[in-house]
Amino acid sequence: MNNKKLRTQIDNPWELLREYTQARIAIGRCGTSVPTRELLDFKMCHARAMDAVHIPLDSQKVADEIERVSSEKVILLHSAAPDRSQYLRRPDLGRKLSADSVTTLASLPKATSVDIALVVADGLSSFAVKKNIVPVLDRLIRDLKKNVYTLAPITVVEQGRVAVADEIAEQFGARMSVIFIGERPGLKTPDSLGIYLTFNPKPGTTDERRNCISNVRTEGLVYDQACLKLMYLINEAFRRQLSGVDLKDEQEHQTLTPSNELIQIAY
Amino acid sequence: MKRTIAIGNKSFSFHSLKELLAKASPERSGDLLAGVAASSGEERVAAQMLLADTFLSDFLKNEIIPYDEDEVTRIIFDQHDRIGFQEIVGLTVGELRNWLLMDETDGATLKRISKALIPEMVAAVSKLMRNQDLIKVASKIKNVTAFRNTIGLPGRMSVRLQPNDPTDNMKGIAAEIVDGLFYGSGDAVIGINPATDNYKAVTSLIYMLDELREKFEIPTQSCVLTHVTTTIKAIENKVPVDLVFQSIGGTQGVNDSFGVSYSILKEAYEAGLSLNRGTVGQNCMYFETGQGSALSANAHWGVDQQTIETRAYGLARCFDPLLVNTVVGFIGPEYLYNGKQIIRAGLEDHFCGKLLGLPMGVDICYTNHAEADQDDMDTLLTLLGVAGCNFIMGIPGADDIMLNYQSTSFHDALYIRSVLGLKPAPEFESWLQKMNLFDDKMTPVEMPSSYQFFLNASSL
Repeated sequence: MNNKKLRTQIDNPWELLREYTQARIAIGRCGTSVPTRELLDFKMCHARAMDAVHIPLDSQKVADEIERVSSEKVILLHSAAPDRSQYLRRPDLGRKLSADSVTTLASLPKATSVDIALVVADGLSSFAVKKNIVPVLDRLIRDLKKNVYTLAPITVVEQGRVAVADEIAEQFGARMSVIFIGERPGLKTPDSLGIYLTFNPKPGTTDERRNCISNVRTEGLVYDQACLKLMYLINEAFRRQLSGVDLKDEQEHQTLTPSNELIQIAY
Repeated sequence: MKRTIAIGNKSFSFHSLKELLAKASPERSGDLLAGVAASSGEERVAAQMLLADTFLSDFLKNEIIPYDEDEVTRIIFDQHDRIGFQEIVGLTVGELRNWLLMDETDGATLKRISKALIPEMVAAVSKLMRNQDLIKVASKIKNVTAFRNTIGLPGRMSVRLQPNDPTDNMKGIAAEIVDGLFYGSGDAVIGINPATDNYKAVTSLIYMLDELREKFEIPTQSCVLTHVTTTIKAIENKVPVDLVFQSIGGTQGVNDSFGVSYSILKEAYEAGLSLNRGTVGQNCMYFETGQGSALSANAHWGVDQQTIETRAYGLARCFDPLLVNTVVGFIGPEYLYNGKQIIRAGLEDHFCGKLLGLPMGVDICYTNHAEADQDDMDTLLTLLGVAGCNFIMGIPGADDIMLNYQSTSFHDALYIRSVLGLKPAPEFESWLQKMNLFDDKMTPVEMPSSYQFFLNASSL
């Protein structure tokens, strides 16, 4: 029997550089190809990201949990996109409510007007909602009530995109919509939640009138910070009666690069 | 121009050249979303048959987007080489395909007629071509450009080293650059997509890249892919800008949405030239494009996305760019749904860009909501290698941790170079050997004796 172990991989002597970045550097090589362990790690990340897009949100369970922590009423809705395949091909359908959901909303008894409609949507990652929405809303609703904002019933929308919140807010006569939505997953971020705030939302509202808080998750922008940022934006939006590019987060003068804008369009 | 075709006992009619082009386009989700695609497979082939019988001269009589209302149309028609066009004036689109594939139609001939073709003619012929046709004709064309090295020579493939970081962390970026250089990437450009367009942040990245390039004496160019107006400001302030970057599209409306116009691009081009920083050439512009951008900006005029993409190349070629690449799978499944559509679009864009005279590269990529994976990227990479693509992207492990999409990796670049016997740009190749990163057979050195020097010099 041959006891000589075959050489199967060339490691990189600069592995210590990995402490500076999450990027897949110094992963070694076999010939010029990626070693098996790295190959499978990548595949696992991609599988998780694809699952985040395609595994449906258990919206009833999410609704029950939100009701439990917030003691607010939660209503289940569906966009006009009947399934995931249509949702991905027809962004316009994800921005509107289905006929059934329009009827559901129309039949609800409503106050003449409220301050804020909170909307939850699966977006491009059901994992993001499943993992993050309850702790985020738990903190936020306590803060909103302290500040005596009035709330419309919370809605959970399946197959929803950002703009679906405009139609919902209009139905409730809400002066502001805040939508919590699963962001397009990256390999290392399958569960990142995005929050979009719009003052005076109406169907047809364009993206420059929205403010966005991105990358909300335990390894990214943590819940306390996200809620702090969001409360700041909500208070400022009501004080100045506007939202969007004119309402920038004063602590952070960041504008989007063109490539980032392309990502936003995907919503 | 014929608008109706009878096939058996059925008849298919098309109202305009624009409609004919759209319905002749191979199926993709973006054209379905825009409502311009053929409604059946039969209608698509009927449109292709009618398009094949359409004369190239018909394209000069039928503007698909009005001259008076669109700057890109004006550029296309004003810059058309009508004298050169006499050589191909009698051809139909179908005959053009045949002629492009003839053995006697060589690279020099294709170069000569490049400006006699307008983008719409090139888009049209691509719709009749199979993938192998797109590869074969593109492989005849070498569009060579130069700045501090020479890109696009026969037997060469360059790589853009893309060391993106979600927070523009300098050490993270430096670590990615060093990793990429050790793997032989970076001869097309070392180009960062910054996390913000903030002027101070952008210029500190430009300085950092310039310093690293100088310290290592790399014969390559750097670029921070920020809006062109930010780069113009940097140039005015004597910041060491190598390449001027901008995303562009094929209609005035989509360029408006990007905040650019011909005159802004011209100003940027002249500003870039004024620095005179190239050593072996003066191509100083870098453009990115991608099918679907006009539809997403609601500025598509009912034109199919592949034809609009090709019009963007008509704009790009006014500025003698060093690099142009389509970011083919980045925009998402509502424009290119799956691996098949992304592969087809990548080959179309590369072919159309090459035939129009551009130094065409491709960001071979996909997002996690598209039906695509690494196998699809391997396929497209291999096809583009055979087609003679000028450059691809190099990203650590193919995973861009800032833009959250997957492209090609440093390893992928070494794969395609090794299976096809391709080499980096000659100046960069010599440098890799001089620095003892690659041996004389262009195999990566396992323990480069210089690696500690690189780490120290990058403050890592």
